[in-house]
Amino acid sequence: MSRPRQGGVPLPLLVPAAIGTLFLVLPLLGLVIRAPWSDLGARLTEPGVGSALRLSLVTATLATAIAMVLGVPIAWVLARTDVRGRSVLRALVTVPLVLPPVVGGVALFLVLGRQGILGRLLYEWTGFTIPFTTLAVVLAETFVAMPFLVISVEGALRAADARFEDAAATLGADRWTTFRRVTLPLVSPGVAAGAVLCWARALGEFGATITFAGNFPGTTQTMPLSVYLALQSDPEAAIVLSLVLLVVSVATLLLLRERWLGRAAAA
Amino acid sequence: MRTRALLALPAAALLALTACGGSSGDAASRGTAGSSSGGDLTGTLTVFAAASLTDVFTGLGDQLEKENPQLDVRFNFAGSDALATQITQGAPADVFASANDKQMKVVTGAGLQAADPTVVAENVLEIAVPHGNPGHVTGLEDFANADLTLAVCAPSVPCGAAARAVFAAAGIDARPDTEETDVKAALNKVQLGEVDAALVYATDVRAAGDRVEGIEFPEADEAVNQYPICTLKAAPNPDAAQAFVHLVNSDAGRKALTGAGFRTPGS
Amino acid sequence: MSLAVTLTVRRGQLTADLDLAVADGEVLAVLGPNGAGKSTLLRVLAGLLPPDTGRVTVDGDVWDDDGVHVPPHRRRVGMVFQDYLLFPHLTALENVAFGLRTRGVRHPEARRRAADWLARVGLADLGGSKPAQLSGGQAQRAALARALATEPALLLLDEPLAALDARTRLTVRAELRRHLAAFGGSTVLVSHDPIDAMALADRVVVVEDGRVVQEGTPAEVARRPRTDYVARLVGLSLLPGTAEGTTVRLDGGSAVAVAEEAQGPVFVAVRPESVALYLTRPDGSPRNVWPARLVGATPHGTAVRCELDGEVPLVADITAPAFAALGLAPGAEVWATVKASEVAVYER
Repeated sequence: MSRPRQGGVPLPLLVPAAIGTLFLVLPLLGLVIRAPWSDLGARLTEPGVGSALRLSLVTATLATAIAMVLGVPIAWVLARTDVRGRSVLRALVTVPLVLPPVVGGVALFLVLGRQGILGRLLYEWTGFTIPFTTLAVVLAETFVAMPFLVISVEGALRAADARFEDAAATLGADRWTTFRRVTLPLVSPGVAAGAVLCWARALGEFGATITFAGNFPGTTQTMPLSVYLALQSDPEAAIVLSLVLLVVSVATLLLLRERWLGRAAAA
Repeated sequence: MRTRALLALPAAALLALTACGGSSGDAASRGTAGSSSGGDLTGTLTVFAAASLTDVFTGLGDQLEKENPQLDVRFNFAGSDALATQITQGAPADVFASANDKQMKVVTGAGLQAADPTVVAENVLEIAVPHGNPGHVTGLEDFANADLTLAVCAPSVPCGAAARAVFAAAGIDARPDTEETDVKAALNKVQLGEVDAALVYATDVRAAGDRVEGIEFPEADEAVNQYPICTLKAAPNPDAAQAFVHLVNSDAGRKALTGAGFRTPGS
Repeated sequence: MSLAVTLTVRRGQLTADLDLAVADGEVLAVLGPNGAGKSTLLRVLAGLLPPDTGRVTVDGDVWDDDGVHVPPHRRRVGMVFQDYLLFPHLTALENVAFGLRTRGVRHPEARRRAADWLARVGLADLGGSKPAQLSGGQAQRAALARALATEPALLLLDEPLAALDARTRLTVRAELRRHLAAFGGSTVLVSHDPIDAMALADRVVVVEDGRVVQEGTPAEVARRPRTDYVARLVGLSLLPGTAEGTTVRLDGGSAVAVAEEAQGPVFVAVRPESVALYLTRPDGSPRNVWPARLVGATPHGTAVRCELDGEVPLVADITAPAFAALGLAPGAEVWATVKASEVAVYER
């Protein structure tokens, strides 16, 4: 349990902190202030809103789940082993962070599209194609959001005391058992923090989704896509959709309270 | 020594800013009906134009730059809806060319035009299929085939509105797999071979050359897109703006348009 | 169940070259200054660090040899670490049960045996506590229970008492001695504190710069130190006696007041720097005041090591200026005092 330090905030820190906070909060306030409150109810119950929200939440959660299953092992390899080429692996894993999402979408096409390197085989064997499906949305979101999880978990693993793993070894635990029963529980706050970041990034993903998965209401039209399209024809609808996304995101982040992220924040 | 360097920074910034803004009233405007603009336009010309005008306008822009070596022509090609929204939100454009009347009305409705818009071209929809027509598409009725992978433009984009109109006119219950945000994105999917067919403009089919085959259909005449153009009241470079519009309306301009597959108004 | 070790290990600047053997039920203390290679030795024995060359055999099983390295989780080893390293996310009971669970013992059985061990180390009521809620002494005991619960062939203790305060150290040391006596396997204990070695070990090995510089029983090593370090180390005065509560009656006849209660045959150990000398009988708080005669004085770094004879034979380290100021010389009659809290007592 940590108590914040006593004493006020020094001025050289307080002023930039206040400015930064305003900078982040004012645009969000703008959304709230300019929302069409009078017909909010009617707009919220339009069918497109519900399906876009549901799709966004489901795909973001699936993407995060996949990212955890694949990303935690990657983080473990990066933090705990000496395999050669680790730095190359780390660079590759972080590429989606710096790549413009649209480029990511194009790249996914080139591999998993109907004419793609692997997609072509899939199509020939099963007749199944990935683009323009909800699966494509999940894959696009996983692609852009997984690096957040990997970096967060690698950081947590490095900060964790590796000597506990020595102790577990002397108690008869092989590397897999040690990972399951000692390492993972010890870094679970870091994993949770990474998962939250990953989920948030997946929820807001636009460029890769629209390029690779396309846009179709109910199947691939996520909230960000809805907002983008609405903005061009009906800005007030766009504001409503943005507000919904904002409320959902804030609620989720509040639910994952500081206590659960506490150790990761302190690490 | 250090203070001088510090003072130089803001001065340099100011200089850069003024250079970016168009110079007003520098060149004597020579209103000509011909394609030559006199050669003394300077500064930057910013043209917001529908994506389908990309190739034609880029060529005309090059010509204008050749005739006016001190002029820099910049284009913003995108969906007309996005452009109209940007202009009404205050984006600094000199010229606006829309892919349909509806989006131009957004701009004129806000009173942002310098003079009444004129229609410079017309465009009709055409079915685009990948080279070799792998989906064996023959006509518009194939768009009701759920087994094919099909793309249209989103309804809020002129190309998409036109698609809806032709489907209605033909009595077809269309089953697209994706509604792209602009026509170039839809064409892209065809070029990549990721969709069996897309409804794009005749000009797009022409522009894609060998990679794409076009299939005309009679219902296309039910939704003719007119392309109005206008200069904007708040244009930073009104002389260059007028010169560009004259160029588009001139013989050279018309030749470029028809060469790309547009119809000229009244033909 | 015995240990035979020959190994060479290079870690940074240090090359450790060691040759040891420990019989069943025997406790070997490895004494030495920090950086001497003691912890490296333990890590090799635990299997956490493969030696560069050498051989480790336990109970006839080869754990390390040319081309052979049995990983730690397959060795029947139990280790108590300097910081205990109790898993923070598990309760004390679950910690102790950990080694049993990894070896396939089912939950209920593992818990029963873990609870048993916790009771044996006096932590019966604390099974449900998390390590963060345990005091230093309790954590040490839990760590010991955790290591012993798996019935290892080799028990390794890395500075087991270093993290404890002086008072707790006394009680825990006594208990540790009991547990080690009851343990049937070989024990290797590493420490920089000679009292640990004297109190707990059957044999002592002194390691300096990666090499064994002396070995023998604690008494032998104390009596005939062979290097400066050992000598300084064991400037300890080691006196046998019988304890009755907080008083120890020395075999020589005198009484020594100690801080910790004990009963029966004990050793009394006093560090040279804990002894203060006076020319006249002092009136002060220490209850231990004895007359003594200075029989020898040797310079010892910045101090002078004084050998004192009398009813309580002691070794005292006095600063050189003090030595001069008191005008001491061999043959001088002095009074020696030691605070009760600075006298260590442990079972013989």
